[in-house]
Amino acid sequence: MPERSTEVLDRFRQGEADAFETIYREHQREVYGWILRIVRNAGTAEELTVETFWRIYRAHAAFDPGRGFEPWARRIATNAALDWLRTRRPERELTGEMVAEAAATAVGDPGVSAEIRVKTAQAFGRLAPRLRVAAVLAVVEERPYKEVAEALGISVAAVKLRVFRALRLLRKDLEQQGMKP
Amino acid sequence: MNSHDQERMKELLRQALPRVAADAEPERDLWPAVLRRLDAQDGAPPWFDWALLGGLIALAAAFPTAIPVFLYYL
Repeated sequence: MPERSTEVLDRFRQGEADAFETIYREHQREVYGWILRIVRNAGTAEELTVETFWRIYRAHAAFDPGRGFEPWARRIATNAALDWLRTRRPERELTGEMVAEAAATAVGDPGVSAEIRVKTAQAFGRLAPRLRVAAVLAVVEERPYKEVAEALGISVAAVKLRVFRALRLLRKDLEQQGMKP
Repeated sequence: MNSHDQERMKELLRQALPRVAADAEPERDLWPAVLRRLDAQDGAPPWFDWALLGGLIALAAAFPTAIPVFLYYL
């Protein structure tokens, strides 16, 4: 890590506002991108980025410069995103608009219909937030298990278990809807 | 669920939820909103003040005769 960054982080830890702004400018894109990967909505990701940096500033005294800013910020961002996911009701209705949108954004296997994609996304939305976050980061975004584990504050083995449970529940949900995944 | 099923479900999930672009960034500068959030927090009374006020009101409601004594020592 460059010396200048270390000095800025030390000043941030002491609560200096200009150091906080410097850190915000350096990291806001990464924090926003991380949250967007979890919540998958740009407007919500912006709101939660603001919330995350507010939490970061409040916790400045607890920051340990030796452990790096990014993992710490990812942890706080993940908690903010989890809090938001817990307050949301999962979508249950399958609308024609959703099918059309899924068809328009189709990627990869053309054998997977837009309806299956929408139903999969809806079933995924019905999973517990802690399972969704682990699965979306590790499977969809293909982030390293270690990084996901640090962000969730759990072990790598626990992340793998959550991913496995998410996939199993997803399969069960689709089967209950009469689909053979 | 065997490993083949797992891989199949992973692929289905990737089809259903496309990856977020690596260069995704906010459409607007969020720094003013962060500052507003910090200012709002600075202006809000801490929870302990509210708890103290609530406790005093409850005490006054439960023991109204204690109010003059309390005011005397204030």
